[in-house]
Amino acid sequence: MKKNVIILIAALLLLAGCQSATPAQGTQTDNAQSGGGTQVSGDVYVFNWGEYMDEELNNAFGEATGIQVHYSTYQNNEMLYSTLMGGGSNYDVIIPSDYMISRMIEEDMLLTLDFANIPNFANIDADLKNPAYDPENLYSVPYAWGTVGIIYDTARVSEPVDSWGALFDERYSGEILMFDNPRDAFGIALKLLGHSFNTTNEAELRGAYDLMVTQKPLVQGYVMDQIFDKMENGEAILAPYYAGDAITMMETNEDLAFVFPKEGTNIFVDAFCIPKGAANKTAAEKYIDYMCSYEAGLANIDFTGYSTPLIDVYESLDDEVKNDGISYPEDMTGFETFTNLPGWVNDLYAELWTDLRK
Amino acid sequence: MRRSRVPGRVLQALVAVFLYAPILVLIFFSFNSDKSRVSFKGFTLDWYKRLFENEQVLSALSLTLILALLSALIATVIGTVSAVGIYNMKKRPRKILLALNNVPVVNPDIITGVSLMLVFVLFVTFLRSLGVGAGLGFTTLLIAHVTFNIPYVILSVLPKLRQLNKNTYEAALDLGANPLRAYMRVILPEIMPGVVSGAIIAFTMSIDDFLISYFTTGTSVQTLPMRIYSMTRKRVSPEINALSTLMFVTVLALLIIINILQARDQKKKERRL
Amino acid sequence: MKKRGGLLAAPYTVWMALFTVIPMLLVVYFAFTGEDGRFTFGNFSQLLGYGAVFGRSFWLAALATVVCLAVGYPLAYAMSRETGAVRNTAMLLLMLPMWINILLRTYAWMSILENKGLLNQLLSFLRLPPVRIINTPAAVALGMVYNYLPFMVLPILTVIQKIDGSVIEAAQDLGGSQFTVFKRVILPLSLPGVLSGVTMVFVPGVSTFIISQLLGGGKSMMLGDLIEMQFLGSTYNPYLGSAISLVMMVIVLISMAVMNRFGEGEEEVMVL
Repeated sequence: MKKNVIILIAALLLLAGCQSATPAQGTQTDNAQSGGGTQVSGDVYVFNWGEYMDEELNNAFGEATGIQVHYSTYQNNEMLYSTLMGGGSNYDVIIPSDYMISRMIEEDMLLTLDFANIPNFANIDADLKNPAYDPENLYSVPYAWGTVGIIYDTARVSEPVDSWGALFDERYSGEILMFDNPRDAFGIALKLLGHSFNTTNEAELRGAYDLMVTQKPLVQGYVMDQIFDKMENGEAILAPYYAGDAITMMETNEDLAFVFPKEGTNIFVDAFCIPKGAANKTAAEKYIDYMCSYEAGLANIDFTGYSTPLIDVYESLDDEVKNDGISYPEDMTGFETFTNLPGWVNDLYAELWTDLRK
Repeated sequence: MRRSRVPGRVLQALVAVFLYAPILVLIFFSFNSDKSRVSFKGFTLDWYKRLFENEQVLSALSLTLILALLSALIATVIGTVSAVGIYNMKKRPRKILLALNNVPVVNPDIITGVSLMLVFVLFVTFLRSLGVGAGLGFTTLLIAHVTFNIPYVILSVLPKLRQLNKNTYEAALDLGANPLRAYMRVILPEIMPGVVSGAIIAFTMSIDDFLISYFTTGTSVQTLPMRIYSMTRKRVSPEINALSTLMFVTVLALLIIINILQARDQKKKERRL
Repeated sequence: MKKRGGLLAAPYTVWMALFTVIPMLLVVYFAFTGEDGRFTFGNFSQLLGYGAVFGRSFWLAALATVVCLAVGYPLAYAMSRETGAVRNTAMLLLMLPMWINILLRTYAWMSILENKGLLNQLLSFLRLPPVRIINTPAAVALGMVYNYLPFMVLPILTVIQKIDGSVIEAAQDLGGSQFTVFKRVILPLSLPGVLSGVTMVFVPGVSTFIISQLLGGGKSMMLGDLIEMQFLGSTYNPYLGSAISLVMMVIVLISMAVMNRFGEGEEEVMVL
């Protein structure tokens, strides 16, 4: 038997030899090897949410500028934070959400941007400039904004869905999916109890936790991007998720619908930032600028289904999209943003989240 | 021992079904023209085409192979030399070294991964404080793989050393060979099977590893298992089925070729006898 | 010569100090450190709250190990009695899936076990009620059995094959029945293989986070998930993560030591 394996390996080695001979792949590993620091070759390391960019654009950017894009993804803000804190990484471009940006600013994790390298910033909607999470607009350039609601299977719900309460309804036991990240998940319970997303009242947070514990037996799974497959294939009936992704899922499965619950919901902005330790800041700024161009912005919005912060992209949209009631809702009463919380509340979130999932 | 073989055969067949049903499902749906994982809509080779156009997967594949090759090579050299060293040690230090050597073998992978990550991050932080731009990446990945590979090399070389006839080595010395030469000419050929099997185990462990790589890699250096992991965390594309099919077919073909070669080899030997 | 030869292990000793000993010490250090950087037992008292995760991990891993043994031992025995081409084929069939990455093997089960998956399609075709198994601990246990079964079979098979045929013949000549020969000769002699198989199934099982994430829907959290969450997941707390790792490591090492008491104190590791 052993001999079998030996020959097998020999053959595999041969294969490996052929592989590494390909020049393009060779250079890529070389870049990887040099790690960072002295890169003048023009590489930019981008770390984004999953399913959140038309990745063809990375190639297009590479061809246009000669800067090679290395693209990888994370699943939620907290994972991004963990990776930056403990992972010894050195990304050039990241796309956190509002509250996480303000946390990162507070913890001195971001570099200030040189807006001279990002002329397309002029194209950003004035309402989204100098936002609360980055009041002087030194660190971030909006990438997309969006909202959260419930996506559900119209054919299989027993009555119209208009409340977060549906996610706690025993009739849907085993057919409910839940957010796999603490802020979004706890936010739902907080809203249902009539509290603010940004409460720092420990009793309110613990109340939300208790509610989530009662919900757990009804939940089929805690998911992020796995939700696409599950909802499109009818594996579950109800799930809270981001509006843009809901639009994408509704394109595949016609039974799906999306609603903003009456208790109020979250409105968020995700923005480009450059973390400390970035090796190629100028290239990163060029990349951000490119993504704010009309063509790239349009391609991204088309791919992701999210709402654009770019004025010219918005203006070029069909009325059908502008007025679909999801991407650019008319009435936004009850919509609330997440803000960064004091350290002890963040710790409490982490603790309760782990407790919930244990 | 002339009892019926039927129950044994039935069991083997059942386990074979259990082991292969999922794999056949993967293969079947790699030809599905629809994205669905559960209903077959029509035949296509599109996913294969897309897979070969997927640069992320291709570069992950080449990285995985290079990493496995390099780490196996380094681990084999260090491991073989160290095995000889350990073999020549007094009992006490030998026991301590062997116990330490066993740590990565016995420890759950996730702990090896996490603990190495802590060290690497500490080191990187130190370098950064000196103003050197550094991060986790290929180098740390390589160190991690060498670290978990060496023990397997040592554990497969040591038994061969124990079987060694010491007299030949000493005879070589008596005949005037210097120790290095005597080692290379006398000992190495005898322990070679152990060295080779150690190298093979190291190579396979490295190719298959996900957990330790997951914690010890950094920015965008992703091995194939890590790529697959992130593919399963997203909207799943049947490209993943195409990839599994190709891996399966490659391994199957290699095993068949090896078996044929081996059978031929055996026949030759028989003829010679 | 003896003394000088020992120096050959010096580079590796340094390597181990750097990449085995120091990492372990760091885990211990972090486990006793709080976020403020001071010494604390706090992580361990917090850990008491996660008894359920420990319990679930050990229970599921143990369950998978028992199932693997119950299926794997008879299988290894049956394979050992095959000859020539049949046995070679059987071994190939057993090893082939191991060459396919564990993530892909586990992912394959997702499409089978889902609510609208192939298993339920088959059941509804047979007019049987559907089963709800995806995202339950049962699915996780099944995933473990599937992935780790060969690790149980191969060491047992290797050991049974090594049993000297003349020993068995002698037992038969002395009038031992089929069952007696098995019970008195083969079983005791194959015990080292069983122990090694049990280890090779239990240890990865208890620490997996891939299988529980893919087949458990993030609901049946295992120790691996808990650790991953603290280091790279959504609740960054490497101190707590280290404490969990430390406790898991200690438990695993103790159970290994206990097992080695029963087995022979071999310094080698079981290799295909």
